[in-house]
Amino acid sequence: MIQRTPYADAFTYVLMALGFLLLLGPFAVIVAGASQTVQQVNAVPFNFLPQNQLIVNMTAAWQRADLGTAMLNSFIMASIVTFGKVALSALTAFSIVFFRTPLKHFFFWIVFITLMLPLEVRVVPTYAVAADLFEPIRLLIAWVTGITVSIEWNLLNSYAGLTLPLVATATGTFLYRQFFMTLPDELAEAARMDGSGPIRFFFDVLLPLSRTNMLALTTIMFVFGWNQYLWPLLMITDPAYKTTMMSLVALLPAENGTPDWNVTLAGSLIIMLPPLLVVAVLQRWFVRGLVSSEK
Amino acid sequence: MADITVRAVRKSYGKTATLHGIDLAFASGEFVVILGPSGCGKSTLLRMIAGLEDITGGEIEINGRVVNKLEPRERGCAMVFQNYALYPHMTVADNIGYALKVAGVPKAERRARIAETAKIVGLGDYLQRKPAALSGGQRQRVAMARAIIREPGVFLFDEPLSNLDATLRVTMRAEIRKLHQRLSATSVFVTHDQVEAMTLADKLVVMNKGQVEQVGQPLDIYHRPASTFVAAFIGAPPMNLMDARIDASATVARHEHLAIPISSAMAAALAGRDVTLGIRPEECRVLPAGEGLPARVDFVEELGSGRIVHAAFGSRIFAAAIPLDIRVASGDLIGLALPPAQLHVFDRETGRRLDVTHSMGRHEPVRQAAEAV
Repeated sequence: MIQRTPYADAFTYVLMALGFLLLLGPFAVIVAGASQTVQQVNAVPFNFLPQNQLIVNMTAAWQRADLGTAMLNSFIMASIVTFGKVALSALTAFSIVFFRTPLKHFFFWIVFITLMLPLEVRVVPTYAVAADLFEPIRLLIAWVTGITVSIEWNLLNSYAGLTLPLVATATGTFLYRQFFMTLPDELAEAARMDGSGPIRFFFDVLLPLSRTNMLALTTIMFVFGWNQYLWPLLMITDPAYKTTMMSLVALLPAENGTPDWNVTLAGSLIIMLPPLLVVAVLQRWFVRGLVSSEK
Repeated sequence: MADITVRAVRKSYGKTATLHGIDLAFASGEFVVILGPSGCGKSTLLRMIAGLEDITGGEIEINGRVVNKLEPRERGCAMVFQNYALYPHMTVADNIGYALKVAGVPKAERRARIAETAKIVGLGDYLQRKPAALSGGQRQRVAMARAIIREPGVFLFDEPLSNLDATLRVTMRAEIRKLHQRLSATSVFVTHDQVEAMTLADKLVVMNKGQVEQVGQPLDIYHRPASTFVAAFIGAPPMNLMDARIDASATVARHEHLAIPISSAMAAALAGRDVTLGIRPEECRVLPAGEGLPARVDFVEELGSGRIVHAAFGSRIFAAAIPLDIRVASGDLIGLALPPAQLHVFDRETGRRLDVTHSMGRHEPVRQAAEAV
């Protein structure tokens, strides 16, 4: 329902402005704080005006937390997660929408259920699996033959372990499914008449058509991958695989150390830049992919 | 060029059967139109020929080869869909050439054939456009070009003109007919529009509720409908139908209080039977009040070339097509004349046609309408 009255208009504008300030507030604190000296950042009241120490603080943060390695790791992790999620969800939705198999609904509901089981809920079993991939097979062999074999493979301290458990995504699958369902059945049939098989149809027709969708998903999933904290914390003990979110913790001032929040804030600023950049570049498609279906 | 034989073909979805044993044979180069109301199974039959639907029972043979188990691409059919089903992200040229690309035809040859095909359908200037930048008629042409370029033995059309406006539909109808003359590939055209069916068909198949009602040449079907369903479905406005009992003692059929004169042959052959009588609106003649059978004008439709009078006749409304020089207005009392030779007679129970020769004086036995298959 769309209403047009001056009061409602004014009210919505006030709400909008408040929301904007609320979102912008923390960001202003980061930008201002990151460019101040230790004395300035700890002054009461807080000064919201940026100063000239930004580069100094950023350099300090970069060195203290070894952000070079961490940024690279986070970038690799977020990229793999994004790519994996986009590819996997496109394929899953493809098989759910375009194939008639008896188990279709079963698989659809299995995917659906995972919406209720985010990583945080299943973190212990997932860790158990990642720490010892062959445990079920070992148990099976031991149970069937009585022989205890000692094959072992774990994903701790590896990019695979960092990304694989995060790749499966119900949200992405649904996004694709909704889009695929808007396509007329005749499109697939026309392709069949033209002699194209399912794989060919997927690459020649579906992928080009779902470009905006894909970019929207890329945006969401890159930010999601970049922001992971709990999972890397569990999987990674080797500092060579450390991610930015873990470095952020290292940037927090120690209990009795110097309260150099300016360095912490400068570090956060660096860390939030890549996802900000991705969103800025892709936001046009992001909105289009989620809102409209191109015909 | 290919002939198609459909043998006892059935289709069911779970327990609901939609086609109950269809037997048809289409000769090579024939233009066949399958006509029927929505839900009669005509599209399903077409899609089974194309290979887009599984065949529950029976056999479909194309060019002497049973194709039940073959993929669509192996059947040598091309299909034009109702909503065109163009690939929205490809240019017109890519749309037309996609089948060739899939088949691995070299680029140069592909380009030449695309240009040639586009010329046939008059799309030469639009090759680099996307479908979204085309009008409905142009999209339909792309869809046809996409079918033509494969040089198929069989063209399948699934209500291809339904999405076009009335004027364009007439133009495209003529173009499809011309195209068929030029390519002379066997064509199967599904529609619910009887004008399309009458104008396009070499052979017309009328379907109802998953069964074939009648097969034949359009004019034969128009003049000798095999059942009340076909009689009412073909012709606009539809044939007037009424229940009647053939009088045992006089050459009339009794409908309520009315006595409708019939031929002596019909009277003799069907004396005492309950039948359904039918007459086409254009065969009814309107007479001044007092002559013929009494009727009261309900309303008049002006067609420009003539007018259609809807008149209360007994307890039902009869349509009569009359020339412009007869003027009537609603509420007028008129007389209706139903020429006995133009009366169609159907069995009341089964709805099937009862054939009576209308030659004067000779009594011929009743014969069930033979269905040419």
